Amino acid sequence: MRRERVPIVVVVLAAIGAAFFIVPLLGLIVRSPWRDAITALTAPETVEALKLSLLASLSATALGLALGVPLAWIYARVEFPGRDLLRALTTLPMVLPPVVGGIALLLAFGRRGLLGSWLDTTFGITLPFTTAGVVMAETFVAMPFLILTVEAGLRSMDRRYEEAARTLGASRWRVFTRVTLPLIGPSLFAGAVLSWARALGEFGATITFAGNFPGVTQTMPLAVYLLLETNQQASYILSLVLLLISLVVLVGLRHRWLGWA
Amino acid sequence: MSLDASISLTLGPLDLEMEFTIGEGEVVALLGPNGAGKTTLLRAIAGLVPFRSGQVRLDGRVLEDTATNAYVPTELRPIGFVFQDYLLFPHLSVLDNVAFGLRSRGTPRGAAADKAVQWLDRVGLASYIRAKPAELSGGQRQRVALVRALAPDPRLLLLDEPLAALDVTTRAEVRRDLKHHLDSFQGIRLVVTHDPLEAVALADRLIVMEKGHLVQTGTPAEVTERPRSQYVADLVGVNLLRGEADHGTVRIGGGPALAAVGAESGEVFAVIHPRAVAIYRRRPEGSPRNVWPGRASNIELMGNRVRVRIDGEVPLVAEVTPSALKELDLVEGGEVWVSFKATDVAVYPA
Repeated sequence: MRRERVPIVVVVLAAIGAAFFIVPLLGLIVRSPWRDAITALTAPETVEALKLSLLASLSATALGLALGVPLAWIYARVEFPGRDLLRALTTLPMVLPPVVGGIALLLAFGRRGLLGSWLDTTFGITLPFTTAGVVMAETFVAMPFLILTVEAGLRSMDRRYEEAARTLGASRWRVFTRVTLPLIGPSLFAGAVLSWARALGEFGATITFAGNFPGVTQTMPLAVYLLLETNQQASYILSLVLLLISLVVLVGLRHRWLGWA
Repeated sequence: MSLDASISLTLGPLDLEMEFTIGEGEVVALLGPNGAGKTTLLRAIAGLVPFRSGQVRLDGRVLEDTATNAYVPTELRPIGFVFQDYLLFPHLSVLDNVAFGLRSRGTPRGAAADKAVQWLDRVGLASYIRAKPAELSGGQRQRVALVRALAPDPRLLLLDEPLAALDVTTRAEVRRDLKHHLDSFQGIRLVVTHDPLEAVALADRLIVMEKGHLVQTGTPAEVTERPRSQYVADLVGVNLLRGEADHGTVRIGGGPALAAVGAESGEVFAVIHPRAVAIYRRRPEGSPRNVWPGRASNIELMGNRVRVRIDGEVPLVAEVTPSALKELDLVEGGEVWVSFKATDVAVYPA
């Protein structure tokens, strides 16, 4: 078979493009103090940040599933005026600078915010600068990924399976839980993992809305940033951990979401 | 005990207006060409397609009535629906598919599973209960779809082209099985099909519909002997003409008149079997009264017979043997004379 000649300019530019991603990753791997890895990972503040990160990101994913799936269902199944606008608003955080998202959250849920002042005076609930605030900031940034993925899944599923279930006497709830959800399982899984990964890496909205208090709001990305000032070696190791998690997510999702063969 | 339906609806290019009754224990085939609205009608009866006006009653109970805004949701109708491509739930085992309807209607898990196994055993699939639908053959899937619909004990069974998804080699066998299983179900059965063979094999009565309207209903024998539309005539393979009867003749569309024994008066259909139509290269001798010139427009081998379509004042299809065709030395486009006896014309009121 005769191979097509690839123009040399294209090859060079493509190589530079690839190196742009690979060299920093290499740097992280090469310069990481592997000997100190155990010490850095078992340091109390690291463990605390890791635990908080896992707790907050998993909570954000759960919250995203609970609120995002109904939203996606409405976008996919209900026609109403302003649907496109609403969808745009609820997926805006995907393109919004996270810091702006954090400021917006402060203005809404801060002590003097639109809802925050009411929550504070009526229930005595304060959200900013708490762990709940971390979960909110992460949900705000991560849920759009879930909404879009699940909506796409709902739109592409064969709705006649739902009709078949109805002719078999299934209530709407039973149709949803026994037929719809299993059939969009791959989209649901992909959306959840994607939003979890996004929540895990959240920085801007979290530090703006929830601050940076060790043990309360200091998640992994925040700890990494802080350690860069005080203990570079440790920040490299933690970066590597986050890189590893991202890699696992990417590889795990390659069949379901990225369309690789 | 019956299904009474009168339904008017518009869906895209389809204007559907149907009214019919199906009695207790009847197997009725809804026969019609693609796009006639058969599936839409079935879905409307199931409550899956809204209609503009009309009423559906089952055993006297109103399922839907636009006059009173009554609507029983699909899941509460005592129906079973076998879909064209079966729509077995791909994530559930064969057993769970069949138990689905029972569980939906409140049967406890264990009892539903027992009953599902009995149903699967009845169609010879007891050893496949753990399999996923994707592991089954087309014929097996069809049987699972059938027992899934039957398991909750519906009063009305709706089947949409139950054999269309199968390849030709297995179709005959599955049709025989389906006939057997349909016979053992006691409720009202309505089968949609575009295949006349299937309709005749499965049903006690045919309802023929075209472009959303009922054109003919009757037993398979009645429909095939006295077609009332070009569609049915083509299916049966006979020549159908429509005209004005006048004591021994039928005038076709104000044009030629053909001699027909038994023609009295009024609008009539005249059916001539292609085998009764003789072909000549020269005008036949003597004085047969039904003689017309024409041109052979299409020659087709059908089994051991040859069908010749002849265009002319009276367009007809003739059926001859291959050797007769050879003797006639006939090719497409050749000039011919056609003739048939007045006694070979069946006449009945339009």
